[in-house]
Amino acid sequence: MTPQINPFIIFFASIITSNMVLSNFLGMCSFISVSNEFKTASGLGKAVTLVMVFTTVINYVVYQYVVLPLGLEYLRYVVFIIVIAASVQIIELAMDRFLPELYIKLGIFLPLITVNCAILGISLFMVIRNYNFWQSLLFGLGSGLGWWLAISTLAAIREKTGKSKIPQGLVGPGLTFIIIGLMALAFMGFSGIFVIQ
Amino acid sequence: MKEIIITVLSITGISTVLAVLIIIAEKFLNNYGECEIDINDGDKNLRVEGGSSLLSSLAANKIFIPSACGGKATCGLCKVRVLEGAGPLLPTEEPYLSKDERNDGVRLSCQVKVKGNLRVYIPEELFNIREYVATVTNIKDMTHDIKEFRFEFKAGEDIKFKAGQYMQIETKPYDKVKEKAIRAYSISSAPSDNKAVELIIRRVPGGLCTTYMHDHIKVGDEVRMTGPYGDFYMRDDSDDYVFMAGGSGMAPIKSLVMDIMERNLDKKMIFIFGAVSKKDLYHTEFFREIERQNSNFRYVPALSRPEPDDNWNGETGLVTEVLKRYVDSGKGKHAYLCGSPGMINACVNVLVGSEFDEAKIYYDKFS
Repeated sequence: MTPQINPFIIFFASIITSNMVLSNFLGMCSFISVSNEFKTASGLGKAVTLVMVFTTVINYVVYQYVVLPLGLEYLRYVVFIIVIAASVQIIELAMDRFLPELYIKLGIFLPLITVNCAILGISLFMVIRNYNFWQSLLFGLGSGLGWWLAISTLAAIREKTGKSKIPQGLVGPGLTFIIIGLMALAFMGFSGIFVIQ
Repeated sequence: MKEIIITVLSITGISTVLAVLIIIAEKFLNNYGECEIDINDGDKNLRVEGGSSLLSSLAANKIFIPSACGGKATCGLCKVRVLEGAGPLLPTEEPYLSKDERNDGVRLSCQVKVKGNLRVYIPEELFNIREYVATVTNIKDMTHDIKEFRFEFKAGEDIKFKAGQYMQIETKPYDKVKEKAIRAYSISSAPSDNKAVELIIRRVPGGLCTTYMHDHIKVGDEVRMTGPYGDFYMRDDSDDYVFMAGGSGMAPIKSLVMDIMERNLDKKMIFIFGAVSKKDLYHTEFFREIERQNSNFRYVPALSRPEPDDNWNGETGLVTEVLKRYVDSGKGKHAYLCGSPGMINACVNVLVGSEFDEAKIYYDKFS
């Protein structure tokens, strides 16, 4: 119950100290599987940010004006998932029409985002923490940017380690998990400045 | 009870609203109006509803571009030169296009969406491609895993193809297979036999289309097919030909040999057919008969692992070894190969080593 938190604190905290993937461990699947190459990782990061902002706004509206008045809080998981799936579809159509270049660059990532749990996580946190509209919007935007920052950084590091000589047993997932752990520690280092939750 | 009803109703309601929103969005966002496709600089002008792929827009106007995967960008066959209006190259197309093709504006027509007026170039022979609904009139067992099918077209319909080209068959859903499949098979009959086509199909364990053809198709059934496709056909500018095939790869070679015989062309030919053991040989009598009638044609079946009770006294060994024994120099000769990619790659190496001009080695890889 913290409706009075400054939306900008939420924004910065969700990029760094409350990073979706590094402190909440959401969206891990694509975070690990699509972080081999900086270029694609960054592309996916952009797409996730875009979809997070859109779905947070849409889910906020649906939750406040449909789910709450009808007393359907227990259905929020299902409702959020359908809304996310539908909005990704519409965003896809709109991007194909108006931003064909970006649409082509994101390619298959865009539809895949539907099943990124970080996106559902945002909508659920927004409800649990009782955020108002601006708080939700900046929370969505910040979390998206935070996810983008995290996956780009990981991809850049993995590109580098891919070219280095590392012990056989650590090649692949082993080293990736260690890197992610160290990254999480580094992000936590900022928790003295601002933190939410 | 009341809760269940409310839950079901609200989920249905929300889903319906979203579905309607998507339909509306699609109607407005995917509506590119009527677009014009100009083919070969004004040869043909099509007016189509924008929003679908170039491949399906052309197919709707009875222009069939070869495609084996049905528009999923996995076969890379549906290449078309788009001179104007295609938009940037998609990542899905990149693996299938060489640098030269990219510079020429070649695109995969299944990935190019018609969003405005297009100018495209389609090779003349693709206009011969038509859609047929053919009736199976004969099924012959050739070996334990190969059958030859004869499909007759409806009265009044005929086909114009070059020996060596192939057809694409569309299967209907069967058993647990819910989707249609489209696969390519070479024509084994002669071009003069233009009211029907014959196809030789080998059973691939677990194969969608070959299982359908081997286990589900009966005489009298109707099958939808398009064709003819392919650039594996005879070039007349040589007097000496080497044909090589393995398994169902005999199909286009049979068509080529029949075509040469019917047109009474004075060509010297040798056909080396590779098989594992005697039970994999077929049409042997057919080719022996041609050999008896025409001294220019030689048929050499070769077994790689004959069974002890095959009593085989013909050629043994891999086709590449047999090839070395029968063909000394490739100067001025053309070679036509059809079979598995492994066999073809090995044979091309041997042929290039025996002074064949690489540009005169034509092949069709069955995979």
